[in-house]
Amino acid sequence: MGDWMTVTDRGLSSESKTISQYTSEIKMSPSSLYSQQVLCSSIPLSKNVHSFFSAFCTEDNIEQSISYLDQELTTFGFPSLYEESKSKETKRELNIVAVLNCMNELLVLQRKNLLAQENVETQNLKLGSDMDHLQSCYSKLKEQLETSRREMIGLQERDRQLQCKNRNLHQLLKNEKDEVQKLQNIIASRATQYNHDMKRKEREYNKLKERLHQLVMNKKDKKIAMDILNYVGRADGKRGSWRTGKTEARNEDEMYKILLNDYEYRQKQILMENAELKKVLQQMKKEMISLLSPQKKKPRERVDDSTGTVISDVEEDAGELSRESMWDLSCETVREQLTNSIRKQWRILKSHVEKLDNQVSKVHLEGFNDEDVISRQDHEQETEKLELEIQQCKEMIKTQQQLLQQQLATACDDDTTSLLRDCYLLEEKERLKEEWSLFKEQKKNFERERRSFTEAAIRLGLERKAFEEERASWLKQQFLNMTTFDHQNSENVKLFSAFSGSSDRDNLIVHSRQPQKKPHNVSNGSPVCMSKLTKSLPASPSTSDFCQTRSCVSEHSSINVLNMTPEEIKPNQVGGECTNQKWSVVSRPGSQEGCYSGCSLTYTNSHVEKDDLP
Amino acid sequence: MNFSEVFKLSSLLCKFSPDGKYLASCVQYRLVVRDVNTLQILQLYTCLDQIQHIEWSADSLFILCAMYKRGLVQVWSLEQPEWHCKIDEGSAGLVASCWSPDGRHILNTTEFHLRITVWSLCTKSVSYIKYPKACLQGITFTRDGRYMALAERRDCKDYVSIFVCSDWQLLRHFDTDTQDLTGIEWAPNGCVLAVWDTCLEYKILLYSLDGRLLSAYSAYEWSLGIKSVAWSPSSQFLAVGSYDGKVRILNHVTWKMITEFGHPATINNPKIVVYKEAEKSPQLGLGCLSFPPPGAGAGPLLSSESKYEIASVPVSLQTLKPVTDRANPKIGIGMLAFSPDSYFLATRNDNIPNAVWVWDIQKLRLFAVLEQLSPVRTFQWDPQQPRLAICTGGSRLYLWSPAGCMSVQVPGEGDFAVLSLCWHLSGDSMALLSKDHVCLCFLETEASVSTACRQLGGHT
Repeated sequence: MGDWMTVTDRGLSSESKTISQYTSEIKMSPSSLYSQQVLCSSIPLSKNVHSFFSAFCTEDNIEQSISYLDQELTTFGFPSLYEESKSKETKRELNIVAVLNCMNELLVLQRKNLLAQENVETQNLKLGSDMDHLQSCYSKLKEQLETSRREMIGLQERDRQLQCKNRNLHQLLKNEKDEVQKLQNIIASRATQYNHDMKRKEREYNKLKERLHQLVMNKKDKKIAMDILNYVGRADGKRGSWRTGKTEARNEDEMYKILLNDYEYRQKQILMENAELKKVLQQMKKEMISLLSPQKKKPRERVDDSTGTVISDVEEDAGELSRESMWDLSCETVREQLTNSIRKQWRILKSHVEKLDNQVSKVHLEGFNDEDVISRQDHEQETEKLELEIQQCKEMIKTQQQLLQQQLATACDDDTTSLLRDCYLLEEKERLKEEWSLFKEQKKNFERERRSFTEAAIRLGLERKAFEEERASWLKQQFLNMTTFDHQNSENVKLFSAFSGSSDRDNLIVHSRQPQKKPHNVSNGSPVCMSKLTKSLPASPSTSDFCQTRSCVSEHSSINVLNMTPEEIKPNQVGGECTNQKWSVVSRPGSQEGCYSGCSLTYTNSHVEKDDLP
Repeated sequence: MNFSEVFKLSSLLCKFSPDGKYLASCVQYRLVVRDVNTLQILQLYTCLDQIQHIEWSADSLFILCAMYKRGLVQVWSLEQPEWHCKIDEGSAGLVASCWSPDGRHILNTTEFHLRITVWSLCTKSVSYIKYPKACLQGITFTRDGRYMALAERRDCKDYVSIFVCSDWQLLRHFDTDTQDLTGIEWAPNGCVLAVWDTCLEYKILLYSLDGRLLSAYSAYEWSLGIKSVAWSPSSQFLAVGSYDGKVRILNHVTWKMITEFGHPATINNPKIVVYKEAEKSPQLGLGCLSFPPPGAGAGPLLSSESKYEIASVPVSLQTLKPVTDRANPKIGIGMLAFSPDSYFLATRNDNIPNAVWVWDIQKLRLFAVLEQLSPVRTFQWDPQQPRLAICTGGSRLYLWSPAGCMSVQVPGEGDFAVLSLCWHLSGDSMALLSKDHVCLCFLETEASVSTACRQLGGHT
């Protein structure tokens, strides 16, 4: 700003010069001269100015000028320019020293004045800008005031509206309450009315009923009767007893017995529950004691006395109550002690836990702060390290990939690929292993079954052979019988043969029963899984022919079970009966897994050849 | 799972004998008794008119056939086919008939609930009980068959009478603090009687066997109240379903409410498994299309198959907008049943008729929700294990167990619309009843069923 001001000064300088010149010519006063000087001080003296000064004092008026100056200076309090003469008559001499002093003093004064002026000017400028600022502030504040005033008015308006609304709502609420009250009253009155009416109606109804009763019951309706072939015995085998006072008493007794039993049962249950709770309490107490006593030993010594006393109390109590007999006492006596001690311990535990909590939180806070301090530096280091590691890892992966590719490109033998796959699909392998073991087990089962079948076949063959033999012998016998022999002889033989034959047959029966049974057993076994699988064969057919067809089907299936595919089972199932049932199942998500595995197990058990498991 | 062939049936009358050996079913006026295992007809009895109600005696020796229209009851013996017994209520009429637990007495309720006649098969004696109340569930016997509680109404006040069943002696008679008693039910241990008031008022009262009032519970006022009540088999809990769509469980110690099960239409909790039945029409090949089905027999083959899907939460269930200005609005808990081990509770909210809620009683929280494609008609727990059978009036049977659930198409010619079902007490089989047929369904052990499911699931 100062710069700007000086610039204007310079622009104005020539004008001001002329003006000052003009004024000085008119007035010729030293004060104006002084001001002129002040005005022109900032600008370098020019020749023009010089000539102007010279105009004040010419050769002619030196004396006057000096005297004028002297006068002027003395009025301003400067020492006189003239030498103090000893005598009045002598002409006063101009004192050069004094003049110089004066001039110097004047110059100093002028400089001082200039400085002061500058200060004043800057201050003026400052004040002006301050003023501007304040004015703008003022206007802004005024605006703010205006807006806030407006806001206030708005809020007041809203408040008023809300109050109005509130009042309305209150009114409405009151109305509603009144309405509710009214309705309740109406309901109540209606209820009483209804009850009254009901009662009236019921009385009428009762009267009618009574009448009807008389009409229907009293005319000895012949139709009301029981037509029974013969009376049956009572369910308990006893005879009915007469109703007497005794039976009444017995009934009462029994009733009370039942009630008593019930109460006893309940009491027992409650006792059991109580005992259980007591046990829990005791255990809790013990645990508390064991938890509190060791780590409380230290603070008891150094910290407050109160907890120490409590603990000693507790220990005493514990010693007292640890006797089992105390627990069997009724609650009355033990309860107070027990509850008190538990309460005390609980308080201790609580305070302890709170303390711990405090400590933990403190530690946590401190730790957090420390961490915060450290992290700044460590963080970057750590990240750098990690980045480095990542880089290394990436490189490693790259090299590995390269190696792998090389390996794959060079030698693609099965073993390595399988190995590779194995390491990728370890889980699958595990699963497969499980399946394999299962499969093996099934295979074993089937082998066993097959063996039993072959055995049965062998046995059958043997039997057949035996049968053949027997038939041969029988034929022979017949033949022998037909041929004319001695009667007695033949009888002998017959007896013998009959005996041997029967024994043979017995054996045969014994033999044959087993193989007959065997397939039956199998067929009984396999249809179960069949029906489980197909869900269509009725378990208990109503007619015998169906039973036959079923067994037929089941036998068929059991024989062919080894080489049957699901496509083959399907038609069977259709041939069975109910084919058109639709199943849909949603089991709970949690249980699904188990269900699935269980099912697949049975499924594979029943059909080994199938590998398209659901 | 296997299905027997279908047998004729009328008015859904088919019952297993209590010992589980026989199956009685009615066809018009004939009563057929079959062996459960072979399904061969053991006995065939002919009644005088169309049978409207049958009931086995507790010892499975007799069957009672009631013909309400004629006011007749006929009793048949299984051991002696020639034995017969006919009870005629004459002009008094007949509206209900039931066995007493000893299987030697028959309780007939006359028309207008004038009286209950107790006929004995052992002696000539006939007893009358006057003033029985005409209500939904007015007679209840204890599980051990020792006592009978009967709701009575005289002089515009409700009473309960407790009789000793062995000699029909009145043991206790007390008035109940109810406006209009609707039902009574013994706890399975036979020591506590639950008595609940009409639906206009939420009130349930618990009486001891000796007539003392143990407790009274009321959840709210001025609104429709209790709709259904069920005791847990352990007698520990009493579940009360009400018109506000909630089930409240009371405990047997304080008789206070332990918890409240709401039935909201949207399920947000991701822990709850929501099984949604989904229909999938089978993809018909060109071959199938070119040959039109030869007859009705091919119908079920072409019908779409259904299966369960696990819906992801939040699930919003289909709700019915009840008509509020009619009597018996379709809202509230209409059905509830505890599983035999008391671990689960199955409920149905009547304004969400397609859904069955299964609650875990051990943890007192919702366990699973099944949403069917059509309204649930009946559900029944397997008497042996926590397994729930559901039918919706369609040709499918639905089974739920904690492990999951499945839907099974009932085979047969034409659609077999399962309207009702009942389990055999062994839990191995159940009877599926349609409008005029019955079919037995045999289940295998849990493991084989699940494997079978898996296999079939895998194949389709």
